[in-house]
Amino acid sequence: MPVDIDIAKVARLARLALSPEKLAEYDSQLQDILEHAERVGALPTEGVPPTSHPLPMTNAFRPDEVKASLDRDEVLEQAPERAGEYFRVPRILGES
Amino acid sequence: MSGWEAVIGIETHVELQTESKMFCGCPVRFGAEPNTTVCPVCLGLPGALPVPNEEAIERILRIGAAFECTLVEGSLFHRKNYFYPDLPKNYQITQYDLPFCIDGHLDIEADGEEVRVGITRVHMEEDTGKSIHGSETGRIHDAEYSLLDFNRSGVPLVEIVSEPDIRTPEQARAYAAELQRVVRSLGVSDARLEEGSVRFDANISVRRAGDDFGTRAEVKNMNSLRSLQRAIAYEIDRQIALIESGSEVVQETRHWDEGSGKTSSMRSKEESEDYRYFQEPDLVPLHVDQTWRDRVFAGLPELPAVRRHRIAATGVDRQAAAVMVEAGDLADLFDEAVSLGSEARTVGNWLSGDVVAYLRRNETTLADTHLQAEHLQELAVMVGEGALSSTAAKDVLARVLAGEGSPRAIAEQHDLLQISDTGALEAEVEAVLADNPDVLAKLQSGDLKPIGFLVGQVMRATGGKADPKVVSELIRNKATAG
Repeated sequence: MPVDIDIAKVARLARLALSPEKLAEYDSQLQDILEHAERVGALPTEGVPPTSHPLPMTNAFRPDEVKASLDRDEVLEQAPERAGEYFRVPRILGES
Repeated sequence: MSGWEAVIGIETHVELQTESKMFCGCPVRFGAEPNTTVCPVCLGLPGALPVPNEEAIERILRIGAAFECTLVEGSLFHRKNYFYPDLPKNYQITQYDLPFCIDGHLDIEADGEEVRVGITRVHMEEDTGKSIHGSETGRIHDAEYSLLDFNRSGVPLVEIVSEPDIRTPEQARAYAAELQRVVRSLGVSDARLEEGSVRFDANISVRRAGDDFGTRAEVKNMNSLRSLQRAIAYEIDRQIALIESGSEVVQETRHWDEGSGKTSSMRSKEESEDYRYFQEPDLVPLHVDQTWRDRVFAGLPELPAVRRHRIAATGVDRQAAAVMVEAGDLADLFDEAVSLGSEARTVGNWLSGDVVAYLRRNETTLADTHLQAEHLQELAVMVGEGALSSTAAKDVLARVLAGEGSPRAIAEQHDLLQISDTGALEAEVEAVLADNPDVLAKLQSGDLKPIGFLVGQVMRATGGKADPKVVSELIRNKATAG
C-alpha cells in the first residue's frame, strides 16, 4: 500500500539540496523501504514481547571516572577553520 | 489585568557536577581553558560510542525522588535531531517518551499562599557546546562567524518540566528558588544561575478566567531569579495588551533582554520543529528495578522544606530558619550545635544574623572561617550563665569567626567577661548605696525610679563589666531589706 511521504520536507530536515529528479528517485526508494516495513508489520506477532533493542542487555554503564581528553592543538588542526583556542564556523543565521 | 489569569510552566535545566561527562570520561570543569576537556565522543567524531555515566543516572533518580516522582522501571535514550554548530553530532542524546522520572510535585509558598506545582517529568540529556558570536568590530549584529568551545558538550544535563500550575511571577520565582534549594540539598549540582549550572525557561500564556489555555510563548535568557520574575511579568502584560487590542499571541520563542526589560521574538517557527526522535541505537535500554528505586528513596537527605519546618519548631524564628537552610552549611552547623546542647533560639539568631553579616562583610564562606559547633555551644553556655552579656557575645563571636580562638579564651583575653557573681558585686553595691544615702531613702520609701541611676553607678565602678540584671536585683533586695 502506498505511504504518504513529503520527500521535500525530509530533504529539508536533512539539509539536503536535491534536484527534482533526485527527489523523485529517493521518493520511490523510500516508498519501497516503507512498504517493506509495512509487510513486516503485518506478521502475526501476538505473544511476542516488544523489543526496544536487538541486544538482550540493559544498564551498560561506566563508573564516573575521568579519562584523558585530547590535545587541543591536535583537535583544532582537524577543524576546517580555527581561531586561536576555538573552532570557527560561519555565522549562524537568524540568531544573535 | 483584571479578569485575566496567567498560566505558567517552567522548564529547568540543571547541569550535574559529576567528575566526568555523561557519555565519556572528559572532566566536568567550569571555567576550564576552551576546548581542553574534549574527546571523540563529545566532539561527535565518527565511530565514537557513548557509554552512560552511572553516577549521573543515580543523581537524576535522586532528583526525581526528591520531587516524589514515580521512578520509571524501563526507560530509554533517544536522539533529537537538529542542526546547530554547538551540537557536532547533529543530534542530542536525550529522553523522549520514556524518561527516568514522571509525575512528581514541588510545594512552594508565595505571597503567603501554599501552592503545589506538578512536575510532569525529569529526564536526562547531554549539554551542548558554547558558541560565541564574533566579528572584527566586536558587535553581535555584525557577527560574521561563531567561535565554538566544546568543553560543555556532553555535560550531564537534567531537564525538569513543570505542569502549567504556576499563576503569578512571584510563584514562578518561588518555584525556581525552591527547586534550586532542593537540588543543592541533594549534592548533585550547585545550581548556580550566574554560572549557567541551572537555567530556567518559562512557558507563558494568558486567558480570561474560566477559558481554555491561550497560545503560549516560551521565554528564555533569564540570568537571575529577579529577571525570571520580571520577564514573566512583562510577558503577561504584553500578551494581555496584544489580545485586548484585537491581535493574537504567536507561538514562538522569545528572548528576555535584561537591559531594556523586554522580551523579543527570537525564532519564528516558519516550519514547526521536527526533531525526528528515534531510539538511540548506540545505547541499550535502562532498567531501574525496585531495589534500586527503594535505595534511592531511602538515601534522600532531609529536604529543605522539612528542614525549615523542623528548625522553626525548635523555637527559632521562621525567617532565621529559612536563612540557615538556604545556606545549607549554616543549618548543618546549627544542627550540630543544638545536638551539643546549645540553646536553639540563641544559636539560630547568631548564625542567621551575626554570622551571615560577618560572611557578607568579609566576602568569605563559613568553611573559610574558624567557627565550630563547639564554639557556639561554649558561647551559648557563657551567655546562659551570665558570664557574657549578649552584646559582648556578638563581639566574641566575630573574633571566633576571625580565628582568634575559643570564646572563653577570647573573652578573658579582651576582658569581656561579665561579673555576675553576687558575692563579687555585693561590695560594689554597698559602696554605691553608702555614697548615695538620699537615693537609697527614696527607694526605701517605695519610689523605685532611681534604681537605674544606681545600677549605672555600679556599672561605672566596675568598668561596665557587671551584669546589670544581677546588680539591679541586689539593689532591690538591699532597699526592701533595709
